[in-house]
Amino acid sequence: MRKLLLPATALAAAALFTSAAAAAPTGDLRAEAMMPGSTPFTPWLTVLPILIPLLGAALTMMLRHKVTWQAPIAMAAVGLATLFGFLLFAEVAVNGPLIMAAGNWLPPFGIVMTVDRLGALFVVATAVVGLAGLIYARRDIDESRTRFGFYTFYCLLIAGVCGSFSTGDIFNLYVWFEVFLVSSFGLMILGGEKLQLDGAVKYGVLNLIATTIFLIAVGLLYGFTGTLNMADIRAVIAASDGAPVATVGALFVMAFAMKAAAFPMHFWLPASYHTPRVVVGAIFAGLLTKVGVYALLRVLVMLFGAEGELFYPLIGWLGVFTAIMGGMGALAQTNLRRMAAFLVVSGIGVMLVGLGLGSSAGLTGAVVYAVHSILAMMGLFLAIGLAERFGGGATAAGADIYARSSLVAGLFLVFGFAAAGLPPFSGFWPKLMLVQASLETSGVLGIAGVVAIILSGFLTTVTAGKAWALTFLKPAAERGPAPVAAAAEAVSVPRSGQAAVVLLAALVLLLGLVPQLVIVPAEEGVAGLLDPSLYITRVLEAH
Amino acid sequence: MNSLILRTIAPFLAALMMLFSVFVLLRGHNEPGGGFIGGLIAASALAIYGIGSGVDTVRRAIVVHPNAIAGAGLLMSAVAGLSAMFMGRPVLTGLWWIPVVEGIEIPLSTVLVFDVGVYFVVLGSLASIALTLEEGD
Repeated sequence: MRKLLLPATALAAAALFTSAAAAAPTGDLRAEAMMPGSTPFTPWLTVLPILIPLLGAALTMMLRHKVTWQAPIAMAAVGLATLFGFLLFAEVAVNGPLIMAAGNWLPPFGIVMTVDRLGALFVVATAVVGLAGLIYARRDIDESRTRFGFYTFYCLLIAGVCGSFSTGDIFNLYVWFEVFLVSSFGLMILGGEKLQLDGAVKYGVLNLIATTIFLIAVGLLYGFTGTLNMADIRAVIAASDGAPVATVGALFVMAFAMKAAAFPMHFWLPASYHTPRVVVGAIFAGLLTKVGVYALLRVLVMLFGAEGELFYPLIGWLGVFTAIMGGMGALAQTNLRRMAAFLVVSGIGVMLVGLGLGSSAGLTGAVVYAVHSILAMMGLFLAIGLAERFGGGATAAGADIYARSSLVAGLFLVFGFAAAGLPPFSGFWPKLMLVQASLETSGVLGIAGVVAIILSGFLTTVTAGKAWALTFLKPAAERGPAPVAAAAEAVSVPRSGQAAVVLLAALVLLLGLVPQLVIVPAEEGVAGLLDPSLYITRVLEAH
Repeated sequence: MNSLILRTIAPFLAALMMLFSVFVLLRGHNEPGGGFIGGLIAASALAIYGIGSGVDTVRRAIVVHPNAIAGAGLLMSAVAGLSAMFMGRPVLTGLWWIPVVEGIEIPLSTVLVFDVGVYFVVLGSLASIALTLEEGD
C-alpha cells in the first residue's frame, strides 16, 4: 500500500494540472476570452508559494535514489515558498487582493488564483510552520522513510495547503483539498506500522467522506449559480432571491466541520494523529484542521453573504460543544500525543464559536486564533516529540524529562500555556477578543460562548499542568525502582530539532507581545470577507 | 503467467501499444486523445509486458524506476506552466513556436511540453502501481 501511494499522489497532481490547463484558442475568440497585454511579475506571487513546493516534490520524486539530496531540495523549495509568501503578504497588504488568471483565461470562465489579506496571512503561516517542520524532520525522518517519499509528500502537502488558501475558484479549492489529502495519506502510513495503518483507515475514511460531500455541494452550487468563480458566485447569490442556499450550505458545513474535526465528527482526529511520526502529526495538527475552518469562513461568510447567517447559530453551538468536549477529552488522556490531539479539537471549537457569533469582532478573533493555533499546535507536537526522545520513548508519568532537559520541559510549558490562552503567549489575545465579542452578542449563544471559551481555557491549563507535573517534573523514583539506563541514553537529541521548536516558541511569544502583527491583517481580512466588493471588482474586471 | 501464447505475443503487443500511445498523445491537441489517455495506454503496455514476461524484465527494460518517470513528468508540466513567467504571461499560458521545415509548419508549444509531462506522470504512476501489484503474485 505504501508503494502505491506515491504514484497516486503524482496522479492527483496531474489531474490538478489538467483541470487548470487548456490549449490556447485562436483567432477572434482569443481577443474576447483572454487578457491582452503582458503580465508583470507581481501577480506571480499568488502561484509561486504553490508552484515551488510542487517543483520540489517533482525533483525529490525524480531523484528518489539520491537519499541525501532529498532534505536539501525540500528545504530549498519550502524556504523559497516562505520568501515569496512574505512578499505576497506585503504586496497584498499594500495593494489589496492580487489575482492571476491561469492560462490567461479571463474570469469568470477560467480558474483564477485570488489572494486577499486573509489568504495571504494563512499562506505565510503555512510556509513558516512548513519550514520549521522540515528543520525538525531532518533528524526525525530516517533513511527508509526518506526512500518512501517523505519529502515528496511533505512538499505536495505544503503546495496543497497553500493552494487552498490562494485559490479564487470553488472547484479548484476542492482539487487542492484532494492534493493535500492524498499526500497526507502517504505521510500517515509512512513506516507502515500496524498502529499507523489503524489510524490511517479512520483518518482516510472520514476525510474521503467529507471530501465527497464537499464535491457534491460544489456540484449543487454550480447547478444553481452556473459558475465556479468565488467572486461570481457571491454576485449571483446576492442578486438572486430564494436561492437554495440552505441545502448546499448544510452540505458545506457538514464537509468542512468534518475536516475541521468539530463535535460530533471530531473522533477521527484523536484516533489517528498520534500514530505517525511526530513531525507528521505536528504538521497535520498545525495546518489541516485550519484549512477546514478557512474554507468555512470563505464559503459561509464571503460566498453566501447574508444568506449564510442561517448557519451561524448551528456553527456557534457546534463550537461550544467542541471546545468543552475537546478540553475534557484532553484532560482524560495519559498519552501526551493524544492529549495534544484533543487540544487541537478544543481550539477548533474556540474558532467555531467566533465564526458562530458572526460579528466582525467574532470573525477576527477566530482568524487570529487560527493563526495562533497553527503555530502553537505545531510547536506542542514537536515539543512532545523532543520530550519522547529525552524520555527514551516513554512519556508516561514519572518520565522526569525536566531533569534531562530543562529546555524541552520549558518549551512544552510555553505551548501548553499558549494553547490555554495565558499571557504573555499568542493564545491570550484571540481568546480575549472572542470573549469580548461573545459578551457583545445578545442571546444564549453569547453566554454559552463565554462559558465555553473560559472553560476550555481552564481545562487546557489543568491538562498542561497535569502533564507538566506528572511527565516532566515527577521523578521516577517515587514510583519504585527506575530504569537507570534510560537516563544515560537520552543524550543524542539533535540541535536542529530543538532549534525548530525554539523558533516556534519565539514566534508564539512574539505574537503574544505584539499581537497587532496578526490582528491588523486579520481585521482587514475579515472586513474583506464581510464586504468583498473590492475582491469582486478586481476579479470580474480583470481585463 | 505461464502461457506460451501470451509470453510470445506480449513483447510485440507492448511495442505496438507504446507506439499507439505516442500517436494518441500527439493527436490529442486538436482531436480526442492527449497526455492522460496516452499515458494510460502506455502503462497498460507495460502491465501486459509484465504479465507476459515477468516484472523484472519490465523493470530492466524501462531502466529507471517508474516513480522517477512520474517525477520527471511532474517537473516537465510544472516548468511548462512556469515558463510563461519569462514571457510576461500568466501561469500556464500556452507559448507557441512554429518553425517551417521545408514548407511544413511544425507547431511546437509549451502546451505540448505540458501534455508530454502529463503523459509521463500517468505512465509512471500507473506503471508503478501495476508492477507492484503484479509482483505480489
